[in-house]
Amino acid sequence: MPAWKSREHERGQEGPKGDCRMTTKTQTNALFEWVDERLGLREIIAFASKKTVPVHAQSFWYYWGGISLFLFLVQCFTGVLLLVYYRPGADAYESVRQINFQMHFGWLIRSAHSWSANLFIFAIFVHMFSVFFMKAYRKPREFGWLSGMLLFVLATVFGFSGYLLPMDELSYFATKVGLQIPTAIPYVGTAIADMLRGGPDVSEFTVQRFFALHVVVLPALFLPLLGFHLWLVQRHGNALPPSEEAKPAFMRKSVPFFPNFLVKDLALWLVSLNILAVLAHTYPWPLGSPADSIKPAPVGIHPEWYFMSPFELLKLLGSWMPGEFGEIAGLLIFTAGLLIWVLIPFYDTSRENEQRARSAHYFGLLAVFVLVATTAIGYWAIR
Amino acid sequence: MATNSVNNTPVIEKAEETVTRRLFLAAAGAAGLCYAGALAYPIYRYLASPMEMAQSASAITEVMLKDAQKLEKGSVLMFKFGSSPALLIHHEDGVWVSFSAVCTHLGCTVQFEPAANRIHCACHGGVYDSNTGANVSGPPPKPLTRYKVAVTDAGVEVSRA
Repeated sequence: MPAWKSREHERGQEGPKGDCRMTTKTQTNALFEWVDERLGLREIIAFASKKTVPVHAQSFWYYWGGISLFLFLVQCFTGVLLLVYYRPGADAYESVRQINFQMHFGWLIRSAHSWSANLFIFAIFVHMFSVFFMKAYRKPREFGWLSGMLLFVLATVFGFSGYLLPMDELSYFATKVGLQIPTAIPYVGTAIADMLRGGPDVSEFTVQRFFALHVVVLPALFLPLLGFHLWLVQRHGNALPPSEEAKPAFMRKSVPFFPNFLVKDLALWLVSLNILAVLAHTYPWPLGSPADSIKPAPVGIHPEWYFMSPFELLKLLGSWMPGEFGEIAGLLIFTAGLLIWVLIPFYDTSRENEQRARSAHYFGLLAVFVLVATTAIGYWAIR
Repeated sequence: MATNSVNNTPVIEKAEETVTRRLFLAAAGAAGLCYAGALAYPIYRYLASPMEMAQSASAITEVMLKDAQKLEKGSVLMFKFGSSPALLIHHEDGVWVSFSAVCTHLGCTVQFEPAANRIHCACHGGVYDSNTGANVSGPPPKPLTRYKVAVTDAGVEVSRA
């Protein structure tokens, strides 16, 4: 019986001897009382026991936010472990080589960090699209959508900055190309790129500042924003998809969050951890040869899969509209698309306006199509 | 599971259920422990790597100090014996001695003072005899570890005594 319910029960059972003999149970209860008086545990438990999660055909998608959160925690944990031996700056490659080949299981921890980074971005994509198609961005969840989008952008910057840190051939050229993109911005582009690189070329200074970004600046921005995002989920609960919303209230089903939903949530965390372990072990993350600015770029070099779509989009537009114009047009189209995506809660506001709801849905399908198609073309082009 | 004949509801046989539950919890606990162990073991080995490296470094039994035979009388050469610092002293009377430079009190690195002909630890004022390594004053509880010294034309070979 839980401690918060068992006070009366305990008193009844103790009898005359119970007052002077402290059983483990009474000790636990006394400790619970002590903490509860100071932190208000009963309120939290009362809140958690009232919280419910809807059950319907699309319930599966509710778990992806939790999976993203779990993979982020794995990122933090493995990241700290890498931090134990990683040295930014001129020594970066050598320190990663040491982690990979000298420290016991260093290859596994680095592999787990890289794999979970990719799975993290993948889980965020699934979470984002499921929220989009369930129309969970509508009132009162606009801030949830906006904070989620910011978290998504920060996650990709995490990926981009972390990719350079080993300072091998691939990471060097990927960063070189990536930081070339802002130069297309008229007037200030070069200055922005130079500032990001810490000079005219990717060097040890770039690694040093990307390191500061990756382990200090980004976490400092990400964590409070994540706290806000999770608080909003607690505040508004899970959104119902339109098909469920259309049903009368008595036909909707739900389960208690604690323990029913939480147990399934944790089970999926365990499944995610197992998938990660198998991937990290079976396909260890490679380490190329050290970056060398006078060596030509390796054949078939390409960005990470989550950057493939914008990369290919820019490339395609560049081939239709050669020169600087194409680059600027590409950036504008990409930015406009992203902006519409971010602002969708202010366009598709309620289920009363069916026309807008349909348009938003088609825009989502278009986004999925463009993402998948450009990514596929990108991989096909480098095969 | 038996059935209650009056209203046909199932009656749980408590004794049987307790055993099953206990078995289940024990099995789940054991599986959980194995899982946690499988996670913790690589992390422990990863974090312990430098300790293992230092251990293999300190497992060496001798160090060849090239050209150290040219060390002037009344002077000292600091060097690394495995992973820890050591002293090679060439005394005024021509005697060569070598000690671990790790103070036996709290592990600071000691230094040879030729003027006072003593080995001194600046951290807590421990003093050692520069000929024998014996602890002569201050907090050190034990003498410094002494090494064997062999001087050749090529250098000085220091080995564990």
